Formats: sequence, structure tokens, C-alpha cells
Amino acid sequence: MKNKYSIFTLIKNSFSYHENWQKAWGNPKPKSYYDIVIVGGGGHGLATAYYLAKEHNLKNIAVVEKGWIGGGNTGRNTTIIRSNYLWDASAGLYDHALKIWENLSQELNFNVMFSQRGVMNLAHNQHDVRELKRRTHANRLNGIDCEWLNVDQVKEFCPIINCSPDIRYPVMGSTLQRRAGTARHDAVAWGYARSADSMGVDIIQNCEVKGIKRKGDSIEGLETTKGFIKTSKIGVAAAGHSSVIANMAGLKLPLESKPLQALVSEPIKPIIDTVVMSNAVHAYVSQSDKGELVIGAGTDSYVSYTQKGTHEIIEGTLKAVLELYPIFSRLRMLRQWGGIVDICPDASPIISKTSIKGLYFNCGWGTGGFKATPGSGHLFAYTIAKDEPHALNAPFNINRFVSGDLVDEHGAAAVAH
Amino acid sequence: MFIIKCPYCGERDHSEFSYGGEAHINRPKKPTELTDDQWAEYLFMRKNIKGIHYERWNHSHGCRRWFNMARDTSNDKIHSVYKIGEKPPV
Repeated sequence: MKNKYSIFTLIKNSFSYHENWQKAWGNPKPKSYYDIVIVGGGGHGLATAYYLAKEHNLKNIAVVEKGWIGGGNTGRNTTIIRSNYLWDASAGLYDHALKIWENLSQELNFNVMFSQRGVMNLAHNQHDVRELKRRTHANRLNGIDCEWLNVDQVKEFCPIINCSPDIRYPVMGSTLQRRAGTARHDAVAWGYARSADSMGVDIIQNCEVKGIKRKGDSIEGLETTKGFIKTSKIGVAAAGHSSVIANMAGLKLPLESKPLQALVSEPIKPIIDTVVMSNAVHAYVSQSDKGELVIGAGTDSYVSYTQKGTHEIIEGTLKAVLELYPIFSRLRMLRQWGGIVDICPDASPIISKTSIKGLYFNCGWGTGGFKATPGSGHLFAYTIAKDEPHALNAPFNINRFVSGDLVDEHGAAAVAH
Repeated sequence: MFIIKCPYCGERDHSEFSYGGEAHINRPKKPTELTDDQWAEYLFMRKNIKGIHYERWNHSHGCRRWFNMARDTSNDKIHSVYKIGEKPPV
């Protein structure tokens, strides 16, 4: 059982110079058999394990992670959380997640630093204005808060944006979702890991999956770098490497894995207290609690697993950032990195059973999976435990690519692809 | 990040080129006879391989011609470039 984090344990541990804190999760050796194995120890995988244990009362669960937990895309994203998607199916999915975010720190007894500082989506041309106004109405009809701001209101809400009509892509308005914001990405993985571990989930790090053993149309187990693990249910939450795992089971997925980049500036005093996204010129900016500007760049066009992208992408993003925020012109960039994102043709995720019994996939989150972490884990756990989808993730089944019932969210996905 | 050797123009920076997706996906000969599963396979399912990937590129800021390439997606190293219609190298 885990000790509860509180002001009192903080004071108590200060007397021993914070050297005797209880370990947040264990380092178990894999058992020979688990009822369910989750592949991927990022936010989505750990959340899935947590909800399997908590809501479905399942005990014998393992999460296998090839590196360290939260070391993949969970630690590489720009931490933005919002639910202002166009279609009913997506609104249901992403707002389900947002509602869990609102109480997540209390639920996990771990401060995920969820900050509802608002997310703006800027419009730069007449088409943007029409599309974003339409999305505002669609959001409201789905019970999701969304406002339309004219240029004066944009200037008032975020004064550092260059609202001059003379720039190449002038700001013509913006949407604002006030319940949206950011969270500390590492803390999400750590919080879920700690809570899952305390309910008996084995979190096995440095354990890479090398093969999936099948018997006909069902699952027998996993070959890993730490030996064979027998299991009858596998839930894959492997982000960019989903296709690699699928190939091991002889499945093909409608995914392409591409590098997505982000960068942070040197830390500066608080200057931007919201998140500003701009799809048309491809720049999105927020400021971390450490003071760094967090800037999201775009994807490269080609399939790659190298976790690095091209300089043209960064150059394009920084050009747009500088035109929108001339005040940043002398700011230096501190770090830049890439992650591999698995993109679906309709820019919507897959949370689904597959043609193989006992094999489930949670993938295709593409450039925007972080925001959905709690909801995705919650619904994936439901799908695995009950062997049928929850009403909220039923539209995100893998068969939509056969039936044609796609959930086209290219307009609401932040990164154009 | 990499230099591409266009089979018509020679070595150029990759920024002159556009990516055209997985190569050797044949358009169905009799589209009216395809099942929904076969359409899904043709339209959406991709190998998305980590390793040698056969793909199409267009020299969009050069000769504007299409060609194929075998590239290792785990390190972006290009193994060979070959013309449309040619068999992929083993």
C-alpha cells in the first residue's frame, strides 16, 4: 500500500532531507502468466492498467515497456489538453477525457498540474473564420464550452499576439475553450504508474516485445527481452510502434508513423498565460511553469522511426511564431526533439478489438494523443475487460475503414497532415 | 536530413522532393468487383514498416518525375533508388 502524499508527509520527509520517500512503483520480475498484458508504459498504457484494476477489479495485470515509463511520446508532447473537436463521436471521446482530467490530481493523489488556462485556435482567412465558427456551434451543441473571439477580443485575451492587418496571415478571430489547458506530462505517467502499482499491477520496464505467439485466432503470449510471458489478452498502446507490434501478430493497420517535432525556448518571465494554436500558419505556443515557451512544430511527410525530423519543419514553425509574436524575435531555443506519431487516414484514433481474439489496439492518436490519456485508458480498459467497446469508443473501431464510417477530424487536429 | 539521388538529376537535398507514400500498391484491375475488405486494404492499410521501406518520391522542385526508393525507416539511410516500373531491389 502506498503512503498518501500530503502536506504532512512532505513536512515529515523534510526532516530526513527527502531521502527516505517510499518508492512510487516497484521493479518486479515478470511472472510466467498474466491475465492481461498491456504493451507500452506511456500514459495511455498505464492509465489502461489503472482502470482495469480500479474499475473492473482485475488483479493479474502487467504493463511491459521497452524503455522507461513515460519516456516515449508521453514525455515528448506539448502537453495541450482540449476537447473542441467537430464531430459528435470525437466530442464525446475527448470531453470524456477532459472531465477526468478535471479531478485527476485528487483521484491519483498525484499533482498532474492540470491548468485550465484556455486554448485559442486562431483564424487567418475567411475559410478559417467559417470553419472555426462552425466548430464553435458544433461544440456548444455537444455541451462543450467554446467561444468565438473577434480580433479586439483576441488582443485583449492574449496581448502579445500581433493583430496587425498588415502581416502575411492576419489574425481574423479565434475560438476559445476556457476549460482547456495543459498538464505536466511526466506526472501523468508517474501518477498512473504509482496508483496502478499500489493496486497490484506489475510495471516491467526495459522489457521489449519481440513477438506475439498465436494459436489460430487467439493469443498465447508474448516473446519479450525478459522471456516468454503467457497471457490470453494483450492490449497494445505502443503509439508510433503500433504497426511494428501489429506485424508481429500478422495484422496490418491503417497507420503511417511519422516524426513530429517540438521545441522549447530558454526560460523567460511569464508572458503568455494561455495556449495559442494556429493551424493555418502552423504555430502553437504555450509557456511552461519553468518559463520556457513550448512550441509545437509539424510532422514530416515520410514514414520514419528515427525520432528526429527535418530542419525545414522547425524553420517553418519559427517563421510563423515570429510573425505572430514579434516580441520573441531575440529569444533563443533551448531544446528540440522529435517523437514518432502513428497517424490514421481520418486523423482519429483506433480503440478497438481486432480480428484476433484477445488482441486489442489503442493507436492512431497521431499528433494529439496526450489530451486524451485518461479517457483513452478508461475506454480501452472497458473494451479489454468486457471484450466489447464502450458506447464512447464504438465509433473508433478498426472496422470503420471497411465500412467507410470514418471520423474525419483533419480540421480539428492541431497538426496538419 | 538526407540527400536523395534522383535517378534523372543526381544528388539533391531532400527538401526538393515530395513523398508519395508506400510503393508497389497496384490499383485494382476490376474495381467494381472488389469487396469492402479489399477496398479497405487498397485504400488504407499500410505496411508502415520499421526497416527497409519501398516508397515513391517525386522530384517536385526539380525534374518533376516520379521514382521509387528503398529506405531504412529505422535510420533514414537510403539503400537504393530505382525508376518507376523497375523491380524493387531485394
